[in-house]
Amino acid sequence: MSAFWTVFIVVLTLGNIAACFWLIRWTAKPRPNESASTETTGHVWDEDLTEYNQPMPRWWLNLFYITIFFALVYLVLYPGLGSYAGVLGWSQYGEYEAEVAAFEERVEPLYAGYAEQSIPELAGNESAMQTGQRIFANNCAVCHGSDGRGASGFPNLADDVWNYGGEPDQIKHSVLQGRQGVMPAFGDQLGEDGVRAVAAYVYTLNGRDWPRQDLVEQGKEQYQTLCVACHGPEGKGNQQLGAPNLTDETWLYGGNMASLRETLTGGRNGNMPAQQELLGEDRVHVVSAYVYSLSQDRQGMTGGDDN
Amino acid sequence: MDTTAQYNEKVVRQFTIMTIVWGVIGMLVGVLLAAQLLWPALNGGVPWLSFGRLRPLHTNAVIFAFGGSGLFATSYYIVQRTCHTPLFGERWKLPAFTFWGWQAVIVGAVITLPLGLTQSKEYAELIWPLDILITIVWVVYAIVFFGTIAQRKMKHIFVANWFFGAYVITIAVLHIVNNLAIPVGLTKSYPIYSGAIDAMVQWWYGHNAVGFFLTAGFLGMMYYFVPKQAGRPIYSYRLSVVHFWALISIYMWAGPHHLHWTSLPEWAQSLGMVFSLILLAPSWGGMINGIMTLSGAWHKLRDDPIIRFLIVSLSFYGMSTFEGPMMSIKTVNALSHYTDWTIGHVHAGALGWVAFITIGSLYALIPKLWGREQMYSIPAINLHFWISTIGVVLYIAAMWIAGVMQGLMWRATNADGTLTYSFVESVEATYPYYAVRLLGGILFFAGMLVMAWNTWMTVKPQREPADETAATATA
Repeated sequence: MSAFWTVFIVVLTLGNIAACFWLIRWTAKPRPNESASTETTGHVWDEDLTEYNQPMPRWWLNLFYITIFFALVYLVLYPGLGSYAGVLGWSQYGEYEAEVAAFEERVEPLYAGYAEQSIPELAGNESAMQTGQRIFANNCAVCHGSDGRGASGFPNLADDVWNYGGEPDQIKHSVLQGRQGVMPAFGDQLGEDGVRAVAAYVYTLNGRDWPRQDLVEQGKEQYQTLCVACHGPEGKGNQQLGAPNLTDETWLYGGNMASLRETLTGGRNGNMPAQQELLGEDRVHVVSAYVYSLSQDRQGMTGGDDN
Repeated sequence: MDTTAQYNEKVVRQFTIMTIVWGVIGMLVGVLLAAQLLWPALNGGVPWLSFGRLRPLHTNAVIFAFGGSGLFATSYYIVQRTCHTPLFGERWKLPAFTFWGWQAVIVGAVITLPLGLTQSKEYAELIWPLDILITIVWVVYAIVFFGTIAQRKMKHIFVANWFFGAYVITIAVLHIVNNLAIPVGLTKSYPIYSGAIDAMVQWWYGHNAVGFFLTAGFLGMMYYFVPKQAGRPIYSYRLSVVHFWALISIYMWAGPHHLHWTSLPEWAQSLGMVFSLILLAPSWGGMINGIMTLSGAWHKLRDDPIIRFLIVSLSFYGMSTFEGPMMSIKTVNALSHYTDWTIGHVHAGALGWVAFITIGSLYALIPKLWGREQMYSIPAINLHFWISTIGVVLYIAAMWIAGVMQGLMWRATNADGTLTYSFVESVEATYPYYAVRLLGGILFFAGMLVMAWNTWMTVKPQREPADETAATATA
């Protein structure tokens, strides 16, 4: 801030405070010809509106003085008068950084201890999982739900279906670096009829029937050209690419006909944000273990029907 | 000095009726919003019933439509009677223009806000064509008001008119500066400010809208109706002088307390805080002057429900002007900001002070405007008083508890450095208080319906010949 603006701020600030002080003193002074406090000032408006001129209550004046005094002391101690930083040298950024540093110092040993344990080990550590659950609730639950069961477009983390792999390292990688799940839009390329056909074929991949076999056949041909690269010839998907398995019961964006057509027409763009910068590696390690534990608790790890 | 026949009371009557109409509508929207917070599905998936669009409609309707019409009505009534001269500009129909112009602005708001047309500045959501209309109406208002002052028959300007004058001038300045924008279409514009400067201008506007619209304007109302209804002289002239000048000069600085702990430069935050603290005494000056005016006539508090409205409004005014400086202290603000405590604070002022002083003043004013001896039903005023009082108390107590609870939940941490509660847990914990708040809101709204009925029964054309002559004598 330039010297000019500092002077400008100081003059206006202190000027206004001084003016208030002067106003109180000047008004509180009794005038030689003023009316006694039991008489009105002599002005009459609208037939019967008059006013006394009582002295201002002492306690009220003192309140006024105290706030002015406090303000002046505060402006000496803290930043307020332009570029003057205040005697205490305090700033909100300094306070924030000091608080964060103190906190980090306190919890650092805890996370350092967790970092030495593997994810499956941590998953069995009750207090680590309590920590993991809280990190999850405050950072992940917004999309994946507080029980980790996800929602349309947000994967269920508590089942045995993993688009990018459910091994401890794969989960941690997903959390740390984030994921971009891009399904390209095929609406223009396939046209409405083509979308209908491919959707019909995909519909049947997990063993369901679609009434029009001709459409399914037609869709299969197009599938083998356009979709096979990511989802594979049998529709089993590819965890390297994050391409979902189309032959199971799990549908990230919905498995009914309307959803399938929407996905094919407009594509999908899933985004798991990278947490390395946000949470730091040590916390990611703990929350990854928590996510891992969500599916470990269940009997469905072998792929059986647990519903 | 019987100039009653010349006073322009038609525009006062029009604004008075619209105050009640907009009060009912604005508070009904408020009740709907309170219910939506409790039952989020209540908007039925209809975009224009969604919370984000109705919330600005509620604030605009209660502040500018209900409060604004009330201020137009009382300032026009008071300035004529205390200057002993009719409104200026009658020859060019200026007062009537302000009435129809202001109603047009409000109807514009009622249409555009639910459509989602907004410039996203709190309390200044209206799109630029409506902003221009507001500016024109307001300048004409200033011409009428100050023109009337200029042709006054009394040398001394009555204290209520100082406050009305400050409110009229300052709102014009605030409105114009905050709404400077480059239009890029009929319904869209970009502000000329950016980043922290835009935020600062917005809250310089926002807080002074509280200071000059919701405080100075309604103090003008108070300075006329309290002594008039009590039949007592105003307590202290010199107190009025000090608190007027201190109030208007210090309010100007307080805006940055809305931006504590943000990227607003720290010197501005500090000045916002210390001036908010100095503001306590000047604010209380008005409360003391109002309440002490009644000293020596306390028994009227027992007999006259209108006085009760006026005095309780001053108590809420004193309470919220104590709470405000306290919340501006950075340490307190770190807890209270972004919680429902703020909502409770606003409603202590908006319902307890602004609505109560307006309701009390209108109950005193309506019989005079329509030439009746008193309101149709005094017990109904009493009923209105009690259900509104209970409504406000439920509302603000619920929001206090909810706000402090949220603030504490959000900052609670565990030994492992994680937050103890997720955000959604604080939402869940707030539900019971949202229910109490809804109940408080319903009670307050019910009070407005009682008032609307009582007003209709008072002003509807009467058949008895005796009343007929009384009505025409003062019309």
